Amino acid sequence: MDVYLDNSATTKVLDSVKDLMVETFVSDYGNPSSMHQKGMDAENYIKDARNIIAKLLKAEEKEIIFTSGGTESNNLALIGAALANQRAGKHLITSCIEHPSVRNVMKYLEENGFCVTYLSVDKNGMVDLKMLTEAIREDTILVSIMYVNNEIGTVEPIEEIANRIKQKNPKILFHVDAIQAFGKYRIYPKRIGIDLLSVSGHKIHGPKGSGFLYIRSGVKIRPILLGGGQQKGIRSGTENVAAIAGLGQAAKEAYQNFEQKIERLYQLKERFVKGIEKIEGTYIHGFSERCSAPHIVSVGFLGVRSEVLLHALEEKGIFVSAGSACSSNKTAESITLKGIKAAKEYLDSTLRFSFSVFTTEEEIDYCLSVLQELLVVLRRYARK
Amino acid sequence: MLFKAFLIKYGEIGIKGRNRYLFEDALVRQIQFALREAEGKFTVSKEQGRIYVEAEGEYDYEETITALKRVFGIVGICPVVQIEDRGFEDLAEQVIAYIKQVYPDSQQTFKVHARRARKNFPMDSMTINSEIGARILDAFPKMRVDVHHPQINIFIEVRKKIHIYSQIISGSGGMPVGTNGKAMLLLSGGIDSPVAGWMIAKRGVQIEAVYFHAPPYTSERAKQKVIDLASLVAKYAGPIKLHIINFTDIQLYIYDQCPHEELTIIMRRYMMRIAEQIARESGALGLITGESIGQVASQTMQSLYATNEVCTMPVFRPVIGFDKLEIIDLALKINTYETSIQPFEDCCTIFVAKHPVTKPSLKVIQKSEEKLKEKMEEMVERAVSDREIVVCKYT
Repeated sequence: MDVYLDNSATTKVLDSVKDLMVETFVSDYGNPSSMHQKGMDAENYIKDARNIIAKLLKAEEKEIIFTSGGTESNNLALIGAALANQRAGKHLITSCIEHPSVRNVMKYLEENGFCVTYLSVDKNGMVDLKMLTEAIREDTILVSIMYVNNEIGTVEPIEEIANRIKQKNPKILFHVDAIQAFGKYRIYPKRIGIDLLSVSGHKIHGPKGSGFLYIRSGVKIRPILLGGGQQKGIRSGTENVAAIAGLGQAAKEAYQNFEQKIERLYQLKERFVKGIEKIEGTYIHGFSERCSAPHIVSVGFLGVRSEVLLHALEEKGIFVSAGSACSSNKTAESITLKGIKAAKEYLDSTLRFSFSVFTTEEEIDYCLSVLQELLVVLRRYARK
Repeated sequence: MLFKAFLIKYGEIGIKGRNRYLFEDALVRQIQFALREAEGKFTVSKEQGRIYVEAEGEYDYEETITALKRVFGIVGICPVVQIEDRGFEDLAEQVIAYIKQVYPDSQQTFKVHARRARKNFPMDSMTINSEIGARILDAFPKMRVDVHHPQINIFIEVRKKIHIYSQIISGSGGMPVGTNGKAMLLLSGGIDSPVAGWMIAKRGVQIEAVYFHAPPYTSERAKQKVIDLASLVAKYAGPIKLHIINFTDIQLYIYDQCPHEELTIIMRRYMMRIAEQIARESGALGLITGESIGQVASQTMQSLYATNEVCTMPVFRPVIGFDKLEIIDLALKINTYETSIQPFEDCCTIFVAKHPVTKPSLKVIQKSEEKLKEKMEEMVERAVSDREIVVCKYT
């Protein structure tokens, strides 16, 4: 039995997504920039996807720029906005628990003359709002905060953050990394006060290598990829028609029967959390209530190394993640766990379980019973 | 490309008496194997105590040299110009053209070495030497003859065709793989053991390897890393049969039964026993490890003594006297370093005690093992018979 509980790392592609993508490979394979019919046929896929996404965000179509995924969206948003607005100032604000695709871009900008303030978070990963208000300066041009934390599922108070920023200075741009949030929350950037919003396709049952950046009209962005001037010159390069079509289809499906799906995810999560709480020596990082994301649970297991438990679960057909999978090739310590000042004994003993529409109650129960069984054995053979 | 052929020099195997043809044939096979990595079609031939590699048509010179430099047994690679025999005048012109192209500044001291293998050529070797020498001096006023320490040696060999060469690119030395029996390498995934395997393979030894896998404590990626390492060594040593032993139960049993600080030593003794058992089955006559004296607790003199004691076969430890940095240099040279430093845990470190014994007493260790014996025999048997075998080739 394959029990895939690593849906924050990536998700299975939907059949409808796959089918649409195949069409773009075998029949409508034209270059969307070509002047002939084949080009137009291909372009229509992009138009459709853009239309779907714009509607979901209550945005305009011209505000959607397709990218190669979350990392590129974050890079384009931060580097593009910083460079285009540096005459207004060179100060940026972010949190200390951002994904590496924000964190490392911030470091890069620091090396290139920008100044960055890293906001601390509380033990649940909530950004310190008082610190945010105090951090905003005359020369602050951009604030970047994630919507849902990828490791522990904490939901940041995005609307409140937007209000505080705009009250101080409406010109400051607000970027939101919504890669773990899109498809789980209804997000209307204009209503909330978000200027830039990053989304990835493969977290919502779309293909890897797909994503978009919402850029509120009027926001100045300098492109980071130069070339043939596609997508109004903001993102040159022949559009990845298959990925874009797949992303559009995945986004559409994510918001069909939305409330039921989210309710079901929360029920699964609650079932899992209840089971975990019955196991001795476990600790759930962040919130386990409905104020946190419906699909992520981060659990510390006393006296077991996460890597060993991960492989032991794997032997039983259960796939989970230690820390954050995008960077877990290295035995890197978790940025988020350090940020929330998790107890030392959990830093190397935490696993992330993340669910999707394909997850079933049976899988949750199976995972819980396997965990119980394994922990007894693994705790006996600890490193002394 | 000026050069269409390569003369292969092989020092050591030239002196192997009546077995010589065995070594030469092995070398020819290894050259053929290595040249599959180079673009082009080649024929490898053995004639009159020489091995020639000839390119048929277009080929990639750099790739060819790189491939040949990997072959154990080759001391030097000489890029050769082959010309048709159209008489002495033509030969002299060709030699001068050769010097112009290979030594454009043309101001070195030189010596001509002619060898008349085909005796119907009208001049003898000595005459060719002096006549060609004279033509060179005429053509290049800045060149001088030096018969004792010339900067360039120009070789002219009169065979069916006439061969001209002067450069010798050094090869890896050693002996062709397959000429010196077989040995079993204990491959851990670290930096040292691939280097140790390479060094023994260099002496003509065919390598098989054994890896101890301990799921879930070591990951599939750690196992893949070892397969990758074996494949990299296989680039030099030819395909390597890798025996993968599931070691978890044995390790946990030792953990349960023995004092914790002795765990690593006892574990290593069982690894040696298992490796020797597989070696015997495979017809290998020795074990190879990447141990280096004093590098870690299990490699002190006392620890080596204690692990060695369980073996009846010779254990080769080619990096025993090397410092870590010297081993790293070799790992970089044979291109295994980058793979070795990927951070996956291997089975030697997962339960390692904070303070393992560094001076184990054999008597104490033997006594600890007494408790294990009864059950262990069967566990070892099972681990050996259930082993997975992967043939690692360089691709």
